Amino acid sequence: MALLEIENLVVEFQTASGPFRAVNGVSMKVHEREVLAIVGESGSGKSVSMLAAMGLLPWTANVTADKLTFNGRDLLAMPANERRKIIGKDIAMIFQEPVASLNPCFTVGFQIEEVLRVHMGLDKSARRKRAIELFQSVGIADPAERLGSYPHQMSGGQCQRVMIAIAIACNPKLLIADEPTTALDVTIQKQILDLLMKLQADHGMGLIMITHNMGVVAETADRVVVQYKGRKMEEADVLTLFENPKSNYTRALLAALPDNATGDRLPTISELFVDDQVEGAAR
Amino acid sequence: MSQAAATSAVSTDPSRRARLAEFWYYFSENRGAVIGLVFFIFLVLVAIFAPLIAPHDPTQQYRDAVLVPPVWQEGGRADFLLGTDAVGRDMLSRLIYGTQFSLFVGVIVTTLSLVVGVVFGVIAGYFRGWVDTAIMRVMDIILAFPSLLLALVLVAILGPGLVNAMIAISLVYQPHFVRLARAAVMSEKSRDYVVAAKVAGASHTRLMFKTILPNCMAPLIVQATLSFSSAILDAAALGFLGMGAQPPTPEWGTMLAEAREFIQSKWWVVTLPGVAILITVLAINLMGDGLRDALDPKLKRS
Amino acid sequence: MSVILEARNIVRDYHVPGSFLKKAKTVHAVKGVSFQVEKGKTLAIVGESGCGKSTLGRILTLIDPATSGDLLLEGNKVDIAKGDLTPEMRRKVQIVFQNPYGSLNPRQKIGDILTEPLVINTNTPADERRDRAMALLKKVGLEEKHYNRYPHMFSGGQRQRIAIARALMLNPKLLVLDEPVSALDLSVQAQVLNLLADLQDEFQLTYVFISHDLSVVRYIADEVMVMYFGEAVEYGSRDEVFADPKHSYTKTLFAATPRADVESIRARLAKKKAA
Repeated sequence: MALLEIENLVVEFQTASGPFRAVNGVSMKVHEREVLAIVGESGSGKSVSMLAAMGLLPWTANVTADKLTFNGRDLLAMPANERRKIIGKDIAMIFQEPVASLNPCFTVGFQIEEVLRVHMGLDKSARRKRAIELFQSVGIADPAERLGSYPHQMSGGQCQRVMIAIAIACNPKLLIADEPTTALDVTIQKQILDLLMKLQADHGMGLIMITHNMGVVAETADRVVVQYKGRKMEEADVLTLFENPKSNYTRALLAALPDNATGDRLPTISELFVDDQVEGAAR
Repeated sequence: MSQAAATSAVSTDPSRRARLAEFWYYFSENRGAVIGLVFFIFLVLVAIFAPLIAPHDPTQQYRDAVLVPPVWQEGGRADFLLGTDAVGRDMLSRLIYGTQFSLFVGVIVTTLSLVVGVVFGVIAGYFRGWVDTAIMRVMDIILAFPSLLLALVLVAILGPGLVNAMIAISLVYQPHFVRLARAAVMSEKSRDYVVAAKVAGASHTRLMFKTILPNCMAPLIVQATLSFSSAILDAAALGFLGMGAQPPTPEWGTMLAEAREFIQSKWWVVTLPGVAILITVLAINLMGDGLRDALDPKLKRS
Repeated sequence: MSVILEARNIVRDYHVPGSFLKKAKTVHAVKGVSFQVEKGKTLAIVGESGCGKSTLGRILTLIDPATSGDLLLEGNKVDIAKGDLTPEMRRKVQIVFQNPYGSLNPRQKIGDILTEPLVINTNTPADERRDRAMALLKKVGLEEKHYNRYPHMFSGGQRQRIAIARALMLNPKLLVLDEPVSALDLSVQAQVLNLLADLQDEFQLTYVFISHDLSVVRYIADEVMVMYFGEAVEYGSRDEVFADPKHSYTKTLFAATPRADVESIRARLAKKKAA
């Protein structure tokens, strides 16, 4: 059975200039122990669809779906407080800006222990022990000492490690990583990706990797969903996608990589891919 | 987006129209602000057309009609709709002419403190260093006094009168603008477009007032509307204390002061100017709130 | 070939003033970097955040002075700390920033943004300024109708084109490109890189291309300089650096860059299956 199942998800925002459809009929499944990458450029609705699945969008958003289940339970039908119990515990999320995702007023130790208190109900000493364990597992040196640090005293890479530690604190079944390495340097990105892959394998989690970077996809994913302007363009396993992409958009995306440049000029998306639906329709 | 694109096709200045439409969308979501705006427009019209709509001369004393109550009360007379005061002047006409003074005070005080405050604030925020320290310490000193007390002292030095009261109030309000402008300039100064203008060779004056300042206007406009109402209030207070407009000027605060002795017996002489001040200030404050919602991007919802 | 830009032992220190509890200290952002760029070539400065590449970029663009060292533009020494920056010098170097959303004044129309450098530096009459701005607008792939619009009506890629057009208004010799494509989507990135290549050919421009993205650098650069904690640890032609990196940091950097080719995916999947 699939861990997360989304069918025909539609998200609309009410804006000053009328409704705006950010996600337009996207369906996907994530299985246990699977790494699914959602790739797309800005405006493809890749983050919005995941936020919608988790119920984290502001009230101006209108979310509808034929099916939205986690572990067989209907997320749309369940009351908000029950959904909150699942999110953060069974589904965890990490974000692009690690420094901004942590509360600057509290120590990172306080923030991780709070998650353990709310979701796991551990007592004080057990919380601390578990926090140290978690910091160790995400590769933070001197974990006991680091618990007392404030986010601004740590580097971006370290903050992302803390975010990951908080995310895996409750042994989630599914981890959603929204551009987890975009704000980081290449060498740090490598470390964080390696860490995520290791944790995914060790804990047997499902992992959804939202990214715009084809290199990150190639290095992590089992299966890939390509999104463009709120619609799903293609879904394939990673090797097929890179070797033999079906949709023109994916082909164009791969050709635009400077790595794959053959001549003096990079082929651009507009040369290879004609957007059949005129821009006005999607925006 | 599609709507914005549609308007851009027809109008010559698409952005301004779209921006205005967006502004109105956020402004009109706040019902209080719209009511405030409507009332404010009404006040402006009253002030402009005061000589046409006022039934009597505001300083004309009708000796046969002293302390006549409003028309709906026993003893009221139809030619004095809101009654008359202790020397037989028509209350309605005085209130209508009072609008002129109140709006005049608001406009002059706000403009004066805005312009001077912005100039100092931009200079302080742009140059930093000792210039900044000097300007900001002076502003701190001004802020250290209770504002009405300081205004009172200044008027006492300059001599009572509406003009001097306005100067005193602008001086008291100026630090708020200096601080706001300075903070806004400091945050805008390091933005790339400012550096780009610098690389293009722009001079300090150009950078300060042409490049940076227009991008700092939103909080200043909001502060301006809010001080507009406070200025009216302070001018009325000074008038009440005998330091503002002098009798027989039909200024609301002065009217209140003249009517002090009738507080218990003749309610209309005291209450009506008070109500006029109250609703004017309230309307402008409501409007200011709406402006803040519409202009401050941080308060905007996605 | 003539050398457009030469840097000799450029040093930049930041003095962090001490306070009650902290001692004052000096941060060395750039520690003695030397290089030269020939006309029509592209030098890429590569490094991670905090390595001093943007600080160096600001020094090259004559925004900030260097603490010590010499900067030569077409053989003439420039030192802005001494105040000998003439408008002629100013016009020779222009910059394009990383974030296209912050680099255009939101209250200025595109036309005013483009003509501003001419207004400040020259006595060109208004209609001539307009013609030049229109011409460049078309050259960077935008249209005349965009002249009277405001920046917020454009996408990131279009804004970056406008920023490039603005930089070209004064006919500069040298363009400092500070991560010009890293805030852009992949498809737009390709378009902007093509545009930059076309402009370089047409106007014989010299580029200093600051980036952290090795795949972009490999595509656009003639020479590559790798910076690490304020020092240039590797400097050479593109092919030399990419084929045979000398410094261990450069090697780490190459190893960390994700690879998007089929062989490495196969290798990864095989390894995963084995585990």
